[in-house]
Amino acid sequence: MNPILTVDDLSVRIAGLHILQGVTFTVAPTGVTALLGRNGVGKTTTLRAIVGLTPRGAEVSGAIRIGKQSALSTPTHRLVRGGLGYVPEDRCVFAGLTVAENLRLAERPGAAPAYDRVFALFPELSKRAKQRAGTLSGGQQQMLAIGRVLLADNTLLLVDEPTKGLAPKVVTEVAEALEAVAEEVPVLLVEQNLAVVRRLARDAVVLAAGQVAWTGAAARLLGEPELTKALLGVGSTGVHA
Amino acid sequence: MTQAVPVSAEAPPAATPPELAAPKHRLTAFAPLVVLVVAVLLPYSTLPLPGLLDGALNEPGNLQLLAVCLVFGGLAASYDLLFGRTGLLSFGHALYFAAGIYGTDVLVTHGGLPLWQAAVFAVVGSTILATLLGAIALRTAGIAFAMVTLAFAQVGAILVARDFGGLTGGEEGLPLASDGLPAFLLGVANTVNLYWLALAYLAVVVLVVSRVAASPTGRVLAGLRDDERRVGVLGLDPYRYKLVAFTLAGALAALGGVVYLLVVGGASPHVTSSELTLSLLVMVVLGGPGTRWGPVLGGILYMYLDHRLTSLSADLPGPLGQPLFVLGAIFILAVYFFPGGLASLKSRVAPITAALRRKPAS
Amino acid sequence: MSTFVLLTLTGLGLAALYFLVASGLSLVFGLADVLNFAHGLFLSVGAYATWWAADHLPGAGPTGFGFVLAAAFGVVAGAAVAALVELVLIRPLYSRTIEQVLVTVGLSLAGVALLQATWGADPRPFPRPEWTRGVTGIGGANIPNASLLLVLAAAAVLALLLLFLRYTRVGLVIRAGVENREMVTALGIDVRKAFTLVFAIGGAAAALAGALGGVYFGSVSPAQGGSLLIFAFIVVVIGGMGSVVGSAYAAVAVGLLQQFVNYYGTAGLGDICVVALLAIVLLVRPQGIAGRAVTA
Repeated sequence: MNPILTVDDLSVRIAGLHILQGVTFTVAPTGVTALLGRNGVGKTTTLRAIVGLTPRGAEVSGAIRIGKQSALSTPTHRLVRGGLGYVPEDRCVFAGLTVAENLRLAERPGAAPAYDRVFALFPELSKRAKQRAGTLSGGQQQMLAIGRVLLADNTLLLVDEPTKGLAPKVVTEVAEALEAVAEEVPVLLVEQNLAVVRRLARDAVVLAAGQVAWTGAAARLLGEPELTKALLGVGSTGVHA
Repeated sequence: MTQAVPVSAEAPPAATPPELAAPKHRLTAFAPLVVLVVAVLLPYSTLPLPGLLDGALNEPGNLQLLAVCLVFGGLAASYDLLFGRTGLLSFGHALYFAAGIYGTDVLVTHGGLPLWQAAVFAVVGSTILATLLGAIALRTAGIAFAMVTLAFAQVGAILVARDFGGLTGGEEGLPLASDGLPAFLLGVANTVNLYWLALAYLAVVVLVVSRVAASPTGRVLAGLRDDERRVGVLGLDPYRYKLVAFTLAGALAALGGVVYLLVVGGASPHVTSSELTLSLLVMVVLGGPGTRWGPVLGGILYMYLDHRLTSLSADLPGPLGQPLFVLGAIFILAVYFFPGGLASLKSRVAPITAALRRKPAS
Repeated sequence: MSTFVLLTLTGLGLAALYFLVASGLSLVFGLADVLNFAHGLFLSVGAYATWWAADHLPGAGPTGFGFVLAAAFGVVAGAAVAALVELVLIRPLYSRTIEQVLVTVGLSLAGVALLQATWGADPRPFPRPEWTRGVTGIGGANIPNASLLLVLAAAAVLALLLLFLRYTRVGLVIRAGVENREMVTALGIDVRKAFTLVFAIGGAAAALAGALGGVYFGSVSPAQGGSLLIFAFIVVVIGGMGSVVGSAYAAVAVGLLQQFVNYYGTAGLGDICVVALLAIVLLVRPQGIAGRAVTA
């Protein structure tokens, strides 16, 4: 099986700091690949580089391919229209817009929006259509952030820390939803909660200091406490999934 | 919103501290001194510069033009302390320049104070004004800061234009009464003294700005310009440092105002206009923000061109007769094609000359 | 009482002028992060194009329907110039905020000089349609019709802008883009297309301010745009950047304050009070009446 995403020797320098130094990994065309590592190793920078949102003045080198398309030379909006769904860290829903408006904004031209799929997964969103997104709870905002991406068919989803700051019960809900999503679309997931990772991920890529430190099966990584501790540090074991 | 960032994506080339300059360039360290000596001796030259100046170099009219250019060279350098060195995009720098001019003028002409007392009061008063207004304006950042400083400067323009209590002379301006002035500054024959005064002002500003830039404070200011968050992380208070830069720049501008007043012999309301600050911005960007000589050169060249284009305007067709049209257009082109200003020309030309030199050898 | 009504309505007329200039500035800034010093130029373009059309455009004239046509020509010219400025000068510097400001500064200097070279620095008498020279009695006061015209026009522009922002897809993109431009891009939308439109809308509103301001002042001069622009900036900061409604509130506050203080105090005092109001708003509420934080 050809990988859906190939990241090859990706380096990113921002304001003189070498955030990524030659990151290389692939993402399989099915299932969830977890991108792991301690805080500040460059997980979010990697996702943002894939979707083309590195800050101005950043130096990016290397190659990124989604399917056969070269991602680094394609503007963000084209990548997304081509089927790259991005769920950013901290949700980033439009607080001043209603839920319905947030969803309407995410409709992509040329394809009928799959509202059925979104509302089947997150019934809460159809009930709160007229509510301003800024007044939603953290979990509801996360559902909106995932839901708006699912309005279109995607070839790959990038999901950055979807359970950050959520209550345990909501973490389970979000994890269940992502599990359902991953049956249809490959997902590259950044996640600190290892219980969520254990539940969802088949493959794992671990970053350390801007480089890939380990790749392999997620079960193997999490099955060996010594390895987990060495790569991810202690204290990051979540329990609510 | 981004914090006001330096003009080019790369940080503007900071003046290389002397200790980092390679020893073989020791000669260039004396270059400014040589230029200064030449500038001091310039009034003894009767050299005619046809096309550049009307008549001999040391004619009073030419010396006055040069003095104005020098004052603006210094003023542009003081503005660069805000824009190029600290990354603060102020649109109200004209206010402190005008405060120096009108403060001194009013105290001498209406208050009857001797010049030096009036000048001290005006500069100190303007500095306090800069501190107060800076303290308010710096609560905002980036573009909002630009707008707020613009608004404050507008109050200055209104106060001068409305001529409250007949102090400022309104649209007419206020000629400087000559009774309070020392004899060596009076009369056409003494224009040369005004020229030297302007040169001294420029030297003081360059010295102060480069000293500050090389000091620990200067490094914090450069840090603020490049990325304010990093300075915050170090536990330093960005607000305080920015206020220091704002106050110092205001004081230098006010000092420039005093000199300018003496050079042109009176105050006129156009010095309060926002257009003056805009042209300071043009000077700095044309010259090269954040460099030691760029803003100075930019200021001198701008004022010279402004003057020359005005006197040539009768011969030029259409909009080319408008100095501001020409300067505005040059400025836009410079933003696109010479982001580092005149000061970056050297580094741009260097590879070419190096390549040319290599050719005969091969 | 009649003085109060007169001052209120003429103050609102002034507010209308400020709003027409500020609403475009605010949207352009909110969406594209461009502090547009050339916005005053759009106003001047509108004024001069209207003035020119009244004499030269077939069907247009200095009064009646002819003037409406002339003003429409001015508005179209303002919108076209603004769109052109965005496409040619602003777009290549996308996301380089300071360079964009510098370019608009250069443009404002060069543009005013160009107008001056073409039509001279002195004010030119502006066509004033019959009705606008008259007055209307309201509450015992004789209100100049030119003021009323400004207020009506500004109210119409406000209503149209709000409808546009609320009910069209581009309006939705603009509202979202003011909040978080990057995220709009990450939803597959080319947000830069909206920039050109917002510039054109802002240019049209400013040009309308130029045409109606010409009627209001009775003359047009190259520097007119610049002096109005400073108060429009103040309105934008007080109202909150990116907020059309905030601009409307702030414009009313600034217009009324200026008019009342200038009448009851010394002339010029009102202008100073406006700047004081700005300072107070910044100290108490740095993000303005509405809209996002200006310090961010």
